[in-house]
Amino acid sequence: MNGSTAAVFADGLGKRYGSRWALRDCTLEIPAGTVTALVGPNGAGKTTLLHLAVGLSRASAGEVEVFGHSPRADAALVLPRVGFVAQEHPLYRGLTIGETLTLGRRLNPSWDDAVARERIEGLGLSLRQKTGKLSGGEQAQVALTLALAKRPELLVLDEPIASLDPLARREFLQTVMQAVAETGMTVILSSHIVADLERVCDHLVILATGRVQLAGSIDEIVAGHRLLTGPRGDSAAVARVHEVIRESHTDRQTTLFVRANGHVYDSRWQLHEVDLEEIVLAYLGQRNGSHAPQREAVAP
Amino acid sequence: MIEFYLDTRSGVPTYLQLVQQVKQAVRLGILLPGDQLPTVKEVVGTLAINPNTVLKAYRELDHEGLVEGRRGQGTFVSSDLPSLPPDEVKGLRSALQRWIERARAAGLDDDNMAALFADTVRPPGSSRAA
Repeated sequence: MNGSTAAVFADGLGKRYGSRWALRDCTLEIPAGTVTALVGPNGAGKTTLLHLAVGLSRASAGEVEVFGHSPRADAALVLPRVGFVAQEHPLYRGLTIGETLTLGRRLNPSWDDAVARERIEGLGLSLRQKTGKLSGGEQAQVALTLALAKRPELLVLDEPIASLDPLARREFLQTVMQAVAETGMTVILSSHIVADLERVCDHLVILATGRVQLAGSIDEIVAGHRLLTGPRGDSAAVARVHEVIRESHTDRQTTLFVRANGHVYDSRWQLHEVDLEEIVLAYLGQRNGSHAPQREAVAP
Repeated sequence: MIEFYLDTRSGVPTYLQLVQQVKQAVRLGILLPGDQLPTVKEVVGTLAINPNTVLKAYRELDHEGLVEGRRGQGTFVSSDLPSLPPDEVKGLRSALQRWIERARAAGLDDDNMAALFADTVRPPGSSRAA
């Protein structure tokens, strides 16, 4: 059904808690080898999507595949290839780092103990330290070490940097990027902070109110959006050619945020380039979720 | 060896900043023919950027003939890169210094001089009104 290059493939995926859909009609493809940012406000469905992808919860509708297999029905084929770090980097706080690594080794057949110990040493930590006594940044690094020592082909990080100070945030992302450079693994990380993501990620999925608003390569997304300013009114001609994401008006002027299909030839409109953060905010601004979900595949 | 830095406010794409820094280092003689560039792993380990961004920059430099990738070894400044003759550079620099003194005496500030230089250096036939 899906191309062999997809790390994660979702088709009409949905999750309902009672009468509320936490994720709805989610169709997307995350190509293998990419570093994908999953962006959206709190409650957008980011964690729900990640939990479905790593087999922690069961879909209410549609399906999700990881490397071509269902993470629940074919868990034995999927889970050994996936590393997951949950929000707040949970560890058994009463265990020492050494005991934590032993646990990781016993639970994971593909465990690389040398890598794990080397990384702990590189962090300047001792195996005898209790994980509960570590700083937030150190706990995040230990949780990341557990996930990386599994030698995963897909690393899933749920809000990995939100709770970290700027230095710990940088160190965490450096570690992840080094692992990507070494192994070529696919990474999906969710965040509501856009600033740090642009340098780290090459793909983007924007999620809001349980729906995918936009998905694709960041280069293409940035190249494909423009801000147009012009005399008030008269946006219909633009809307016939380009997809208007947001529009606002003053008594003299109209401002349009568009997903551009080719060039804007009308000289009445002034064109402005936009950066990733502006694009994310423009999509998140459509709070009613009326924007049709994208059903296109993401080009690698 | 050089160390890259990032200006996140410049609006210049990350890969292009890396390209420009290598070019600048080569121009100024900080990087010499045969010198090795930092490995992808080293760059992402310091800057926390996507490895593909570094690869893209190195590919671009390779495409322009400025560097060459050697399989399994790394990326090196091209050994056949024409380097500027040092004596010539010295002469040009002192001529430029004399010109700068004259310009200052005439009341031009640094921005005026940079603008005049950029406008004069532009290839003939290109629009000067742009």
